[in-house]
Amino acid sequence: MRVALFVTCLVDLMRPRIGFAAIRLLEAAGCEVAVPESQTCCGQPGFNSGDRAAAMMLAKKVIAEFEAYEYVVAPSGSCADQIRNEYPGLFVADPEWHGRAVALASRVFELTDFLVNVAKSDALPSDFSGTITYHDSCTGLRSLGIKSQPRALLAKLRGVTLKEMDGAEECCGFGGTFSVKFGAVSAAIAERKCDCIRTSGADAIVGGDLGCLLNIEGKLRRMGDETPVLHVAEVLAGEGGKQQ
Amino acid sequence: MHFKARAVAQLADAGVQSNLKKAKGKFVDKRRDAIAEFLAQGGDFEALREAGMELRNRVLADLDLWLEKFEVNATARGAKVLWARDGAEACRLIVDIAKRHGVKKATKSKSMLSEEAGLNQALEAAGIQPVETDLGEYILQINDNEPPSHIIAPVVHKSKEEIADLFARVHKKPRLTDIGEMTREAREVLRSHFLSADMGISGGNFLVAETGSVALVTNEGNGRMVTTVPKVHVVITGIEKVIPTLEDLSLLLRLLIRSATGQPISNYVSLLTGMKGEGDLDGPENMYFVLVDNGRSDLLASEFNDMLRCIRCGACMNHCPVYQTIGGHAYGWVYPGPMGSVLTPLYMGMENALDLPHAATLCNQCGVVCPVKIPLPDLLRTLREKQVEKKLRPLSERLALKAWAWVATRPALYALGTKFAVRYLNWLAGGGKSIAVLGAAPEWTAGRDFPAPQGRTFREMYARRKRS
Ligand code: SF4
Repeated sequence: MRVALFVTCLVDLMRPRIGFAAIRLLEAAGCEVAVPESQTCCGQPGFNSGDRAAAMMLAKKVIAEFEAYEYVVAPSGSCADQIRNEYPGLFVADPEWHGRAVALASRVFELTDFLVNVAKSDALPSDFSGTITYHDSCTGLRSLGIKSQPRALLAKLRGVTLKEMDGAEECCGFGGTFSVKFGAVSAAIAERKCDCIRTSGADAIVGGDLGCLLNIEGKLRRMGDETPVLHVAEVLAGEGGKQQ
Repeated sequence: MHFKARAVAQLADAGVQSNLKKAKGKFVDKRRDAIAEFLAQGGDFEALREAGMELRNRVLADLDLWLEKFEVNATARGAKVLWARDGAEACRLIVDIAKRHGVKKATKSKSMLSEEAGLNQALEAAGIQPVETDLGEYILQINDNEPPSHIIAPVVHKSKEEIADLFARVHKKPRLTDIGEMTREAREVLRSHFLSADMGISGGNFLVAETGSVALVTNEGNGRMVTTVPKVHVVITGIEKVIPTLEDLSLLLRLLIRSATGQPISNYVSLLTGMKGEGDLDGPENMYFVLVDNGRSDLLASEFNDMLRCIRCGACMNHCPVYQTIGGHAYGWVYPGPMGSVLTPLYMGMENALDLPHAATLCNQCGVVCPVKIPLPDLLRTLREKQVEKKLRPLSERLALKAWAWVATRPALYALGTKFAVRYLNWLAGGGKSIAVLGAAPEWTAGRDFPAPQGRTFREMYARRKRS
């Protein structure tokens, strides 16, 4: 399977190791992985702020860069959803681009969803061990149905125990630009999430979207809590332990 | 004051915060349990939501026809149907009705439209005493007409202790703290009003076109006193509340009540059709419907018409992480939470509620609980687009978004920019893992740290790896 990795702008900027973990997982699953070099951002900041023109510019760029591949995989539910479910709607008035957006859409997957439902691979190179709790990021959960996939994969790691927290499906308060427009409200929501994480008693908090993870990590650290915050790809690829 | 300032004030209010925490669990858990029970009995709640959505869409597609049918059937039962273009006209009509019947006092059961129209103020100005009889609304009224903070639980932001203080002060009786006793005291006060009022004003959850009836969903029984004891009954509600048949009513009741309070059915569901008939022991001698537009036909003709499906259950706010954190008063008008963030700019003018469409994380928890499947996050996002089109966003924000898109469509420049950004952020972190104060995002670091980047961009590391 020829898979193109959509790294996502946040992983590129903040946590490259998540991108490398994703490559490792995809290769272990027998995929041939390409990383188109000119890729940048899927356009969500503009899209969610009402700047449709900006969102369309970036959407066209992503479509052109990725449409030649059999599959596109992103270590993020919200970016995968943007390409899969939102791009076609951006081009309702433009039959050519609409057609190209639709043709790409169904081949775009969030990483754990792809590993479980498309690659159907059991090969996880991880030796990670510890007790973790999992945060379900909103867009992945409610728009792509990402819930059982990461758990199914984590369950295959012998050293990993999952302790579910209360309100695992509740928003962490990130919301993209919401977090910088309404910082106080956003941080108060994050605090609730962090309280649930701490009460769970897990040794690490794991999730599938870096935006939420940075929000959670920022709040935990401000609370004086050093609990490791890991992307599910890091845990599954066995690179989680190295970062701290 | 804008949403943001009000939101911060609500965050700082320890009382509101502790009351909100309690309320959240109640609403969310009860709805979840009610739906689980429904499923256990072989029901399919998702299919019900789908049917609810289809039904509401069907009505809205021919709203004028259903309203006419309602008017014909309600009139045939002796009621008078009056139409109001806006809240002010609704108030005028109701004051006129009151004057015609020599009304001095009007008891009221809960109506959000009355809040929209500012009916109580209009009645008072005309020398008519409005008495709110829903316990929550009564509490707010005796507390200097405080606005409600929730569409079905108007005093959810208050604790029992605060209400105990208020009752002791206003009722001039010894302070009670037992909820049953407090309720009894309020009942005693309200009873004399029920008996002495010349007019009853109620809202209407649904208007049934085939019978000309209004359906009222309540838990306290006050609605029955308001609509049967006084000689005049006025229903004030929005034109979008009409539904075709009683069969449709049963579908919407199953959805509404489970979504709102998590009950399989409310304590009272009243179906009122016409006035007191011959041989009836009670009921009004005169019945009026004041059906209000107040922006609804404009909404119907717009890309926001999904919003008119709303059956005012409150589930979207109960499940909203933002509402749960700041409560309803921060939203500034009658309707709070996600549905309010959509309705307020549409009814009050976009430029008067610039913050609201942005006051959401777009988590879509509201969209998945809405009993009539209103895509609230999509509507909020479309409102954001309208703001950008009308240049209502701050210049700095518009430029930042343009700049981001401009750079992000130029990969070489983007690679360079991110390379420097990462180094700058790491320099700010001073070798640590977190940045405590980030000038570029002060709102972020006021309440949490900004995690430092790993070191280099993925792009740089990947290029190096490929070379080696
Ligand atoms: S928008 Fe939906 S969830 Fe919110 S009050 Fe209306 S019907 Fe209920």
